[in-house]
Amino acid sequence: MIILHKNLNGKQLTSITLLTFIGILGLFAPFIMPHDPFLVDVSKKFLEPSWAYPLGTDHLGRCILSRILLGIRYSLGSALFIQLVATFFAIWIGAIVAFKRGIIDFLFIRICDILLAFPTLVLAFGLIGILGPSLRNLLLALIFTQTIYYSRILRGLFISVHAKEFIKAAKISGTSGVKLIQRHFVPNIMAPMLTIISLDLGKVILEIAGFSFIGLGVQAPTPEWGMMISEGKQYIRQHPELMLYPGVAIIIVVLLFNLISRHNKQVNH
Amino acid sequence: MGLLWLLSFCTMKTWEVMKEMYESTWLFCLKRVITLPFVLLGVSIMTFLFIRFVPVDPAEVILRLSGVAPTAEAIQALRSELGTDQPLSIQYFIWLKGVLYFDFGTSFVSKLPVAQEILEKLPATFELALAAFVCIICFSIPLGIISALYKNSVFDKIVGLLSIISVSIPTFWLGFFLLYLFSLKLGIFPTNGKGTILHMILPAVALALPTTGLFVQAIRTSVIEELQKYYVQYAYLRGLKKTVILSRHVFKNAAIPLTTMLGMTLGNLLGGAVIVEQVFSWPGLGRYLIESIINRDYPVVQCYVLIIAIIYVFANLCTDILHRVLDPRLNGEGGRVE
Repeated sequence: MIILHKNLNGKQLTSITLLTFIGILGLFAPFIMPHDPFLVDVSKKFLEPSWAYPLGTDHLGRCILSRILLGIRYSLGSALFIQLVATFFAIWIGAIVAFKRGIIDFLFIRICDILLAFPTLVLAFGLIGILGPSLRNLLLALIFTQTIYYSRILRGLFISVHAKEFIKAAKISGTSGVKLIQRHFVPNIMAPMLTIISLDLGKVILEIAGFSFIGLGVQAPTPEWGMMISEGKQYIRQHPELMLYPGVAIIIVVLLFNLISRHNKQVNH
Repeated sequence: MGLLWLLSFCTMKTWEVMKEMYESTWLFCLKRVITLPFVLLGVSIMTFLFIRFVPVDPAEVILRLSGVAPTAEAIQALRSELGTDQPLSIQYFIWLKGVLYFDFGTSFVSKLPVAQEILEKLPATFELALAAFVCIICFSIPLGIISALYKNSVFDKIVGLLSIISVSIPTFWLGFFLLYLFSLKLGIFPTNGKGTILHMILPAVALALPTTGLFVQAIRTSVIEELQKYYVQYAYLRGLKKTVILSRHVFKNAAIPLTTMLGMTLGNLLGGAVIVEQVFSWPGLGRYLIESIINRDYPVVQCYVLIIAIIYVFANLCTDILHRVLDPRLNGEGGRVE
């Protein structure tokens, strides 16, 4: 965290603060949302924004604001979950492959080459097509595609760290196995890895929303933002605002993530 | 003694020639082309194994879809008909042989050959991807160059902001936004379907915009980097016109790193097309894929993944070779692209 703090500029700090705020909103959504996001009341459908319903109601009379607040959990939460799990697996796969080298490394590179021959989205479409559309399978498919990509990057990073003097020193002083990876390798690859993770978080949120929109992810009553846009599309002529609010929510969150990573990218160039 | 000298001379000469060959563009292409069949074989094995992850028995799915009660005998009979009761390796070779003759099996739903249906739908998706590609090139090259030339100006800042927004917008939402604005409110473009060029503009723009944002920023960075090099200063000192320097020298060099982005762009466009086709009811491969996924029509999904992967592999091969041909500096020890 200290490494990160030094490199942050004003814009990034603002983005991180806002995202933390959004995250807290999502975490405490059940306590702050004005209405039950699942409560269907057809007599209250398509209400105009008012004090009771700040963003109005949807085609089933559900409070849009409450749904968007709870949706933070599904959009932002799932994306964070995917990135954390994928990074965790990738660190171990990358570390093992980078240490053992030899035949394992050879096989790993070949398998990666083959898997990376599929465009990421197409691989995810294929996996969901085989496993069947649901939130769990969407998470599995995205974790799988991200893990391949990250373990390839991490392998390279680990090999470059492996050649450094302090690793030799640590090995000579008797550090080995898990402790060597945790104490000496992971801290040294944290900075580049965090940049990639934050850059991809926005992309993953867009992918989750996209898959849910076409009906291959989160299913009907769940208030995920992509799903909400999908539900609103029938009423585009009369009530375009049903699609406007969740869309703006996605854009704001993804934009904030992209603003964090843009600075780092410029530094790297 | 003389013979020994001749021998060593010949060895040296051969060595030099070999080294030159190793460093040449042609050998690089040859190496890539030789590894190609292995990658394709790997891709085919992966795609084949894909379908083995299916949590349910394909025979059961077929029986359910055709409305027959899935009794144990019926499933067993269909299994031996489909060949799924044989060992995995034999199944693979039977399947591969079919694929080489362009036989991907029949769709569970329509009972038609999958390859035929996919080939019918592929041109529409390609048309859309091509139109989107033209949009990307037309917008990103001028915007990227102008922002690089007027670095840190108001124009550059606005373009920078717009491009970061464009990569943050979900494609489907953008599609609906364009649909609402231009079709429903202004009535300029038709809402859905395919036919005239008017039908194509909105889907193409929706598909192109996120990648355009990436390209504008990449072109800007690349041109700024080139402008700082000595040869540009030298060209200024020689008294060349700014337009000549830009068109003859800078842009040629700045375009080289961008060729590596082409393969990725194709992947983005083909993946993104699935979603955009859904918004605009475009009768392409993407819509067919979604229908098949929802109907659990596994042969179609398998065939789609394989065909797109093969296209993607060839596209990446072409971009790598193009990159080498355009930039011979990459040949030799310093510039191995892996």
